[in-house]
Order: sequence, then C-alpha cells, then structure tokens
Amino acid sequence: MPNVIILVLIPFLPLASFLILGLFGKSIFRNTSGLAGTLSLFVSFLLSIYTSFGYFFEYGKANGIYQKLVPLKLSWLEFSNGLSIDMGIILDPISVMMIMVVTFISLMVHIYSLTYMKGEERFSTYYSYLSLFTFSMLGLVLSSNIFQIYIFWELVGVSSFLLIGFYYNKPSAVAASKKAFIVTRFADLGFLIGILVLSFYSGTLDFNTLIQRLTSPGSGELKTAVTTSFLGISALNWGLALVFMGGAGKSALFPLHIWLPDAMEGPTPVSALIHAATMVVAGVYLVARLFPVLALSAPEVLELITLVGVITALIAALIACTQTDIKRVLAYSTMSQIGFMMFALGVSGYGGSNGIGFTASMFHLFTHALFKALLFLGAGSVIHYVHSNEMKDMGGLKKHLPITHITFLIACLAIAGVPPFSGFFSKEGILLAAYEHNPAVFWLALATSGLTAYYMFRLYFRIFWYKASQQHKHHGEGGFAMMLPLILLAVGAAVAGFIPFGRFVSSDGSLLTLPFHWLFSIAPVTLGLLGIFSAMVLFKKENGKADQISSFMSRVYKLVYHKFYVDEIYLFITRKVLFSMVGRPAAWIDRNIIDGLVNLSGATTKAVSERIKVIQSGKVQHYGLYFLFGVIGLGVLLIYVIKF
Amino acid sequence: MQPGIYHLLLISTALFFIGVYGFFTRRNLITMLMSIELILNSVNINFIAFNKYLWANKLDGVLFTIFIMAIAAAEAAVAIAIIINLYRSRQSIDVKHAEELKW
Repeated sequence: MPNVIILVLIPFLPLASFLILGLFGKSIFRNTSGLAGTLSLFVSFLLSIYTSFGYFFEYGKANGIYQKLVPLKLSWLEFSNGLSIDMGIILDPISVMMIMVVTFISLMVHIYSLTYMKGEERFSTYYSYLSLFTFSMLGLVLSSNIFQIYIFWELVGVSSFLLIGFYYNKPSAVAASKKAFIVTRFADLGFLIGILVLSFYSGTLDFNTLIQRLTSPGSGELKTAVTTSFLGISALNWGLALVFMGGAGKSALFPLHIWLPDAMEGPTPVSALIHAATMVVAGVYLVARLFPVLALSAPEVLELITLVGVITALIAALIACTQTDIKRVLAYSTMSQIGFMMFALGVSGYGGSNGIGFTASMFHLFTHALFKALLFLGAGSVIHYVHSNEMKDMGGLKKHLPITHITFLIACLAIAGVPPFSGFFSKEGILLAAYEHNPAVFWLALATSGLTAYYMFRLYFRIFWYKASQQHKHHGEGGFAMMLPLILLAVGAAVAGFIPFGRFVSSDGSLLTLPFHWLFSIAPVTLGLLGIFSAMVLFKKENGKADQISSFMSRVYKLVYHKFYVDEIYLFITRKVLFSMVGRPAAWIDRNIIDGLVNLSGATTKAVSERIKVIQSGKVQHYGLYFLFGVIGLGVLLIYVIKF
Repeated sequence: MQPGIYHLLLISTALFFIGVYGFFTRRNLITMLMSIELILNSVNINFIAFNKYLWANKLDGVLFTIFIMAIAAAEAAVAIAIIINLYRSRQSIDVKHAEELKW
C-alpha cells in the first residue's frame, strides 16, 4: 500500500516553501529563495515519481484493473450521516499521472525562473506564489471529495490571479488579473451550484461513492436524479452541465475563454506552468474525474462537451493564425488543444475499447503539457533576448538562439502532429476516437489540426527565419538554468509518444492498447505537412505574400483578428445591459431604501434619547425619588396584581 | 396598656417616612445623611420588634441590628469623607451644587 506520509509530503512541501518564503523570503532567504523553492519542489518531484512507480507497478492493480485507492481520508465537516466534506487523497491512474506532470513542469519552471526572473524586485514573492500554485494544483488533482476539489480549485484561481498580476505596476497586468479572476469566478458559481445539485441527489460529496451511486442503474439516487427535471432537463444533467461550466471557465473554453489570452501579461514561465500545462487542464481533469457518470448516465452532457470542445478548438485555431503577439498565439493554441482534449472525452465511451477517447484525451493532456511548456519557455527565452512580445521585433534569431531554435522546432513538430514526435500519437488517438463516434466532429478536428500546423510554423518561421537579424548579439541565450529545462522538455516532447499510455490510463482502469492504423494517419499527417509547407512559403522569407492574402480577405481577416468580437460582446453585455439594467437600480435601492432604513433607525434612536435624557438630571434626590416610586410600584405589583 | 408589636411597627414606620421626607426635602448633605440614618434605625426597630414578639428565643434580629449599626457607621464615615471633599472643592455642602453626574 502507498505510504501516506510520502503522499502528504508531495503537496505539503510546496506549501511549506510558500509559507517560509512568504514570511522570511525578504530577510533570511533574500538571495537563496529561488534555490530553496526549487529544492523543495525537487524533493516533491522525486516523491511523486516514487509514488507513481509504486502505483503503476506494485500496488495499483487488482485483478489487472487499476483501483481507485483512498489511502487517506479525514472527515472535516460533517453535515449529516454520509454527507461530509472530507480531506482525502485519491490515487488512480489520472491523479498519479497528473502529480507527475504538475511536479515535473513546475520543477522545470522553477529552474528556468532562476535565471529568467533574476534581479526582480520581488524575486522571493514570485517563488512563494509559484509554490502556492504548485501546492494548490497538487491538492486539486489528489482530492478525493468534490468539495475538496472545489476548495483547491479556488486556490489555484487565487494563485493564478496573483501571478498574472505579478507586475502590479503595469495597468494591463492588473486588468488582466482581474479579468481572469472574475471570469473564472463567474464560471465557478456554476461549478458550486452543480456540486450542490449533485450532492443533493446523490447524498454524498465523496467521488467514489458519488460515481458509484450515479452509475449503478438500479440505485434510487440515480432514479430521482434522472426523473426530477427542471425546464425539461433532468437534475442530473443540470448538475453535470453546471460542473462542466466551472471546468469550461478554468479551461478557457468558448465562450468563457476571454481571460486566457489576457493572462499572458504574467511572467512567461508562469504562463508556461499555469496557463499552458497545468491549471488550464484542470477542467479536463474534472470532466475525466466524473467521466463514468457522464458516460453511463448523462450522454447528453457529453454531447454538450463535445460541441463546446470542437467549437473552441476550431475558433481558437483560427484566431491563432492572425495574432502577432507570440504569447497570444501560444495562448490560443493552448485553448485549441484543450478543445481537442475536451471533445476527445466527449466522443469517448466507457470501458474497454470504447474508451479510446478517454485515454487519448489524457495522453494528449500529458504530451501537451510537455510540448506546450516547452513552447512557452522557448518563447520566454526569445522574449528574454529581444525584450518584446511582438513578432515584428523578431526574425532571423536562429543564429543567436541555437538551443532555443532546435527545442522550439521539436515542440512545433510535436504540436503539429508530425511523426514520430509525441503530439502525433496522442492526436491520432483523438482523431480516431472522433472518427468512430461522430464524423462531423472528426472533419472539424482534422481541419483544426491542419490549422494548428500552419499557425505553429508561422510562429516558428516568423521568429527564427523571416528576415536577416537586426539584433546584435548583445548577450547569450540565458545560461544553463534556462537551457536545461528546454532540453529536458524537448527530450520529453520528442519521445513521450512512445509510452504505451493505454496500459496506464483508461476509462475503467483496465488495460488498453491505443489502436494505430498507418492508413488512417495519412490524412492528418498530410494536412499537417501542408500546413507547415504553406507557413514556409509565406513566412520563411519576408515576401509580403501573407499581407496580400490578409488584405484580399480583409473582412474575414478583421473579424478573426478581433477574435470574433467576443470581448466586445462581453463588454456590451456587462456595460450596457447589466450595469444599466441591473447595476444602477440595485445601487439606487441600496442607497435609498436599504441605507434609508438604517438611517431611519439611527435617527429614531437619537430623537427618543434626546427626549428622555432629561431624566438623568444628576440630582441625587431625583434618583432617590425614582427609586422610591419604583419600590412602591414593585410592592403594589407583587402584593395586589400578582398576589405573590 | 402594655405596648405591643403594633406600636413598635407604628413608630418604625413613622421614623421611616420621616427619614424619607427628610431625604427628599433637605438640601444640606449632612441632614440628608441624618435622614438616611433615621431610615436605617427604623429598620433596626423592625428587626428588634419582630425578634422580640415572634421568635423570642432567637438572636437573629439582634445580630442583624448590630450588623446594620456597624454598616451605618462605616457608611457615615465614607459619606462624611465625600462631603468634606465636596466642601473643599466647591465651598458648599448643598446637594444642588453637586449635580455634574448627568447625561
């Protein structure tokens, strides 16, 4: 069985480093805060490797099926018998896979930031926030209780807010952090209501019990949840759809995606950790955690997830083709890839070989974490070199940044789905699952993967080729601490595809081999190569062809460039509709009626006390008189009225 | 005619109300203090009377009377100390000059 102390240490080491660096970072650890944070995370990483080896190869399996183990469960708030908020640790293939991903990427980012953030005024604060985030994310993936996951969900939201707004004297960063917080909070409202609905009908907050009750066909809880309906939709579907809304907010799915591109105002390593590899896949993780319920009892919600996922994937890929800020391109590409993971879950079935989509989605989550973190860290290295996010300041950097160039190329090949890099395998799994389940989704996904290849190589050529460099080689690439994570991640992104993922992660815990057909791969790979080729034609040399095309389709180009005006729609709804229709009347009621009542009670008290204060004359004899009459009155009362 | 409990209660009641009257009408703090002593003494007479006529073989009432006398002495000492201080601060022992403790 797993060692509980080691399991607890995995999230609590980052928590300890958060507390210590937060409290003493400016005094004791003034110069060593980065090293201290990195060291504690390194230990945490080793422990999670140890745990995952133990889980996958020693005690995880029973009869060839991976079990959901709950080695630790502390009852925290008990509402009624069976319904309690517990603090527990769950071990199953996805949570074990996630702690590996989170600690590994976080470790890479910690090492990378040693150089990247060097000389920052709030260096130790930065590391303490990173530790806080890592703690919350590890807590989130290890949660055994749906309310516990909600608590950690909010904690990652807070740490994301803190890190986006890290450069707090930059107004755009402050605005972006507020936007991220408000949008995800709004989505979390749905999550909370969904939790309440689900726990009301299933009578439990514990994941294992909840899944068991809501999937066994004969259970009374499932019957009531399915038969009770509101607005024609069953309570179960409402609950799950609202929980999915929370996931969609955190995972930046359309139409709750508007915060993610702005979140790029944060430091680049933070974007790599939070807004590419770990936190934004929390929504995918949540859907995967509740997957048995969705697949067995609520296929309608899965349809919704498929729809949202595929729309997000396509729209984000289109927008990514037009952006000029390299981090924003990467942000939209993240959105698009998360859309892939989501609809892969949506098209998946439960159990055995039906669960290809589930395994492919988790596989893509895994490979995406590697190559997307690599892309962001590579972009960070580029930004570190040219001090700008804009494409127009770049070009021809391949001579100056050789290691960054190679690793970035590997990551681009991986995300474009070129064999034998990792993205190829996971994306093939997703496309295959979509093909078997829903042809329309498959064709959209195929088009999106072609677009992915195009916009990624647009970025690649635009940064590293395009024109002769105007930059002087004023400083190097950033040293060992920045290059080591790039190389490690590049190795991961190149070879991770060969992991037999189905042997570890599948929808019901049994072993699965991801099917693989050469013939099937021809179409996506050809399309990917086509995307790469067209990007090469347009952007390898500065030739103006791209501008010609964009001016040729100027209307469409403008629409896409402005991100389909989703932000403007949001602004219209909030400013024009919500503020004037709801906000102003509410403010009026607050100012005049609520405050009026409060003021009225105050004024009444004051007027009454003005009148009666003359009783307190300060004359001893008056007081004596009151006392006398009081005693006489009391006597009369006792003797004649109550007849004591 | 042998004086009975009624006579004694009559005296004590009269003494009590004389004391109350004095307390409310006099302005001089010393006189007010004397009125309070009258009230206390009316209570003492009550105690003695009830002890003598109702529980003749007990001593509770007598003991209480001694107790009250002790208290009255202490109270008189404190009151006179306050009065002296009051006189020092405002050259008067009239109660209407000591009414700052209001509102």
